[in-house]
Amino acid sequence: MLLSLESVTTYYGQMRILEGISLNVAEGEMVCLLGGNASGKSTTLKTILGIVRPRTGQVLLDGEDVTQWQVPQRISAGLAIVPENRRLFGQMTVRENLELGAVLRGGEKLDDDFDRVHTLFPRLLERRGQLAGTLSGGEQQMVAMGRALMSRPRLLLMDEPSMGLSPALVQQNFQIIKDIHATGVSVLMVEQNATMALSIANRGYVLSTGEIVLDGPASELLQSEDLKRAYLGR
Amino acid sequence: MAFFFQELVNGLTTGALYALVALGFSMVYGVLKLLNFAHGDLYMVGAYVGFFVIQWFGGATSLSIPVPLLLVIMFALAAGLVGGLGVAIERFAYRPLRDAPRIAPLITAIGISFFLESAALLLFGAQYRVYNTPDFINAHSGITIGSVTINSVQILVLVMGLILMVGLQQLVNWTKLGRQMRAVAADREAAEMLGVNVNFTIALTFFLGSALAGVAGVMAGLLFNQVTSTIGFIAGLKAFTAAVVGGIGSIPGAMLGGLLIGLAESFVTGYLSSTYSNLLVFGLLIAVMLVRPSGLLGQAQLQKV
Repeated sequence: MLLSLESVTTYYGQMRILEGISLNVAEGEMVCLLGGNASGKSTTLKTILGIVRPRTGQVLLDGEDVTQWQVPQRISAGLAIVPENRRLFGQMTVRENLELGAVLRGGEKLDDDFDRVHTLFPRLLERRGQLAGTLSGGEQQMVAMGRALMSRPRLLLMDEPSMGLSPALVQQNFQIIKDIHATGVSVLMVEQNATMALSIANRGYVLSTGEIVLDGPASELLQSEDLKRAYLGR
Repeated sequence: MAFFFQELVNGLTTGALYALVALGFSMVYGVLKLLNFAHGDLYMVGAYVGFFVIQWFGGATSLSIPVPLLLVIMFALAAGLVGGLGVAIERFAYRPLRDAPRIAPLITAIGISFFLESAALLLFGAQYRVYNTPDFINAHSGITIGSVTINSVQILVLVMGLILMVGLQQLVNWTKLGRQMRAVAADREAAEMLGVNVNFTIALTFFLGSALAGVAGVMAGLLFNQVTSTIGFIAGLKAFTAAVVGGIGSIPGAMLGGLLIGLAESFVTGYLSSTYSNLLVFGLLIAVMLVRPSGLLGQAQLQKV
């Protein structure tokens, strides 16, 4: 298994955010994590990346316990994130943003990686010298995804990739996620737009107030009455 | 007119010195959003380091080594020791408070400032320590253009100040480390999510900023001749003013602010009286704040709601 969480419980101070979460992502899979506001989706991704540490439970990468690893170690092991709201460095150029995605890759040549990102997002080649903050929302999303790809991840974590995009761009964005997945990168995606996410994912988990209340193949979840209930509250 | 140019040269010299102190102040603010009120005291420590190097090598009148070598040792040692001191302060005083409310590290900074001042008083005494620069650098050597004289110490300060400022600007804009510093300053968590080593980057920023303050301290010793434990206070305030006038967090802003304050001080002292110089410096701060609250080269902060 590429990634497994085993009964992970995460606290922010006194507040319990995640309660005994277990989930896994196999090599080559696209998995989505659904749930309403404040259900713990972002915290799950942060726990996986190591930005926050679980109080109990384990995070495993390729079967190895990485719970005590620092963020850079986990990125070197193959994780990368497209954060919520993209979190670009607005005062830096597109090129600099992309370079920062490869910050852990020592003195290696990045030409191939730039080529790969520019093939996926030709717009970014045109805009490489422009400040990231001056780009449109759709273009900024491309930079955020390209930046994550610069570390050559095996598992891409995506936190609400369609947030703040117009419906047309959301469509385009999901197509891009499919394209990235097709290149062999596994994906764990957090989304509010359940129907969209399930239409491209293999499997899904549904979070509600820090617990996984539902999981299964995407096609089954799409039909599920329980999914609607989980979203609307019981 | 000659008087004007003489004051211009004097102003640029002290301005370069203020700019070096302001740079560190502004860089630290950039990465931690902390007003490091202990920064001026690092400059004081640098000035003492320079003084003791002179004593170590036989004192101003009977130096055992050539003057250029003495200067290299003074600057290198001040940069290294004060840079290290800055890193230690960050590690033991500020890092434990990194996620605390912003008032806590601010108060700590004021505490560190008092600590350094008192430690210097205890260790080095209350008396003025004197560099006696004219004993080893001829005060009349230098360049004379018409009736304007730029003496050797001024040339040293101007040239070194220029090199350090250009070098820092290059480092921050064009190197991988500089890019990481800017990333941490802009959005620490986003930088962390990409694998940037945030603790190392912050420590590096403290080292560079503190080393510049140490170098400026030696420059001040050479220029003004006197060192005592309290010189950091007013220097810190002026660096703060320079950083804010230029736009806090902005590196070109700190340079511009430092130069402006140096020039303003010099012209006021020259044409009016030194009594008014602080009045004008802090008046300048208030005036800039009224017109451009984000400073001359600062960016207006968008308040997200």
